[in-house]
Amino acid sequence: MKLLSGNEAIARGAWEAGVKVATAYPGTPSTEILENIARHYPEIYVEWAPNEKVALEVGIGASLGGARALVAMKHVGVNVAADPLVTLAYTGVNAGLVLVSADDPGMHSSQNEQDNRFYARFAQIPLFEPADSREAKDFLRIAFEVSEAFDIPVMLRTSTRVAHSKSLVREEEPVSPLKRPYQKDFAKYVMVPANARNRHRALEERREKLRALAEQTPVNRVDEGDRRVGIITSGISYCYVKEVFPWASVLKLGLSHPFPAGLVRTFAGRVENLFVVEELEPFLEEQVAAAGIAVRGKDLIPRTGELSPAVIARALQQDPSFAAVAREHGTVFPAEPEDQPLPLRPPVLCPGCPHRGLFYVLKKLKLNVMGDIGCYTLGGLPPLSAMDTCICMGAGAGMAHGMAKADPESAAKTVAVIGDSTFVHSGITGLIDIVYNRGVSTVIIADNRTTAMTGHQDHPGTGRTARREPTRALDFVKLARAIGVSRVSVVDPADLAATRRAISRALKAPAPAVVVASRPCVLLARPAPNPVPTDPGACKGCKLCLGLGCPALSLPDKRIAVNPHLCVGCGLCTQVCRHGAIGKAGGSDA
Amino acid sequence: MRDVTGILIAGVGGQGIILAGKLAAQAAILGGMDVKTSEIHGMAQRGGSVVTHVRFGPKVFAPVIDSGGADFLLAFEKLEGLRNLKFLRPGGTVILNDQVIEPLPVLLGKATYPADVVEQIGARFPLLVINALAEAEGCGDTRAANVVLLGALAHRLPFPRSVWEEALRAVVPARFLELNRRAFARGFEIAASKQLRLRQK
Repeated sequence: MKLLSGNEAIARGAWEAGVKVATAYPGTPSTEILENIARHYPEIYVEWAPNEKVALEVGIGASLGGARALVAMKHVGVNVAADPLVTLAYTGVNAGLVLVSADDPGMHSSQNEQDNRFYARFAQIPLFEPADSREAKDFLRIAFEVSEAFDIPVMLRTSTRVAHSKSLVREEEPVSPLKRPYQKDFAKYVMVPANARNRHRALEERREKLRALAEQTPVNRVDEGDRRVGIITSGISYCYVKEVFPWASVLKLGLSHPFPAGLVRTFAGRVENLFVVEELEPFLEEQVAAAGIAVRGKDLIPRTGELSPAVIARALQQDPSFAAVAREHGTVFPAEPEDQPLPLRPPVLCPGCPHRGLFYVLKKLKLNVMGDIGCYTLGGLPPLSAMDTCICMGAGAGMAHGMAKADPESAAKTVAVIGDSTFVHSGITGLIDIVYNRGVSTVIIADNRTTAMTGHQDHPGTGRTARREPTRALDFVKLARAIGVSRVSVVDPADLAATRRAISRALKAPAPAVVVASRPCVLLARPAPNPVPTDPGACKGCKLCLGLGCPALSLPDKRIAVNPHLCVGCGLCTQVCRHGAIGKAGGSDA
Repeated sequence: MRDVTGILIAGVGGQGIILAGKLAAQAAILGGMDVKTSEIHGMAQRGGSVVTHVRFGPKVFAPVIDSGGADFLLAFEKLEGLRNLKFLRPGGTVILNDQVIEPLPVLLGKATYPADVVEQIGARFPLLVINALAEAEGCGDTRAANVVLLGALAHRLPFPRSVWEEALRAVVPARFLELNRRAFARGFEIAASKQLRLRQK
């Protein structure tokens, strides 16, 4: 037995299931699936795709080509991949294809907490919901069998507490899936209307067969208990239910779509009071209610944020009959203690972060900044406070263009800021739109040579593959020129004056412009501390340097102090100080 | 809580919390227990507050500890110790690293770092305060501060030293093993030398 995270277990499960091709775009909490496959299973071809749509399309090609394919992404990534996904349900697969959707209830590192179980129902594909690492691995193998047996893509849906929790897993030997050579099939794979109409009907037939499977599969099972309380649950919520109500009758759904109405009806008939415990939306509950079965759920249990054993306990005790039974079993309902008011510790840009100089300049120029998703979103937090929007991957370029169309005069004070990996993901089309539709907007690429927030994955701009093999690197300057942007500049964001000049110049002329603010992520080099020297006697206590929001700077007793353990000597504060109180770091350039 | 022991490890992103959690979990496995842990990756790791949950016992369902559910709080930073006190059950034990890392609102002068963390915690829970950075430096490298703290926790857990030795070998890279052995032994020794009781005001 080995202690594995859900993501490590999925990587192991992919290998055991005979997966040959694995693709992904990094996104918390899904990232470590592909990282672990790349690290431990050389038999599997892995790639970071430019975005989730391409990742799925590569997976589809691999499946048709005869290889079991695993495609992994975070919940919002499925929005990007939804176009091929929904039609793939029509065509079906050749070798098995499993899409892992890692949802993020509570938004530990996401812009929303959408419940992707609805995608399975929307696309009419089977949905597996593992509760821990063992199930993540076991369900993945079953998912591939189901994918091939029913000619359909399958969704394996995890959440942060499955993906990043560790539990014991028994490692097993890999299987050897049957060979499935590619066979041309116009009626099945070319979704022109005449074919698609047939395939939609075929999808309906497959769904009914899958419903029959969901009614009798052992992954949908009943834990017998006190029949006065019946709880239907799935995924991580099952662990929470068993933690606080080990005495209750539980119907655990591991294959939760298609909805096994017969199984639910039988279970409901054997218990007195029926509850559904699920995180986020009433996905199961609405289907129970639609089957005409009396049930309580989201009228008691929060629809926002993560659940926990205590949250569930406090919610269900509002039902008097439940509370009475629970008291008999000695279940205690702890009240949530009040939080003591303490200073918050929000995440911050690291000391030496190349984004800090860029956002300091954007703040000084008082620009409207149409932002994007990555570490640099932290540039929106005080004291930098220099990002106005964050909607989704790639949104900034299109938004800057739209704002300029709404108010042409605003164009001179509006920019889009987008990271290098994010630009490749879905910013390029926004830039094309600006050029094509006679726009004038400036797009700043915050190019730190990596996908930093998710833990430093390579991307098409870095010149390295997921296995660190050298490859041709995308050149942002040449790309922007090829798109038709004539004014392209490259600047080092650690040079505040040069960065300010480049951005001001880009905004001056009414024409599209691209500024590449290029400097590698400080965590890639992990420089040793290299503190800048200070002269507290020269410090006037003006706090100008604190405007950088650097965790290495403070003004105890109203005089500058540099934390010698944190400062890497990037020199931004040296440039900001007007009183010569901060010198240049000795030694090499950080 | 049915024979399940909960350990909450709290601190600031980058302090080596995940390794400490791994060691505790590995020891519990070697001790024949069922184990679940939970970590947070992504945005919070950029210098924000982070926690790792470790739960072990004959059978563990939930990977997370609720408020009032932890037997031990291993706090790598004083403010984070105070922030996560609500996770301790009554009578639970705090092992506190005597280190201050001021968060940005404090550095900017927008908030005040609480002055009396040790007193506040000590008035409510049995508390062991360790200057883990200094102790780790004494062992050869401040980066082993996490294992000093883990060594102190280990003294309070029901696993023999041989299990911890095996856990260290399984989790720590070979070139850091000697350093971390020393750090672990130092933490264990400190905890063994102190009787914990509530401080009287």
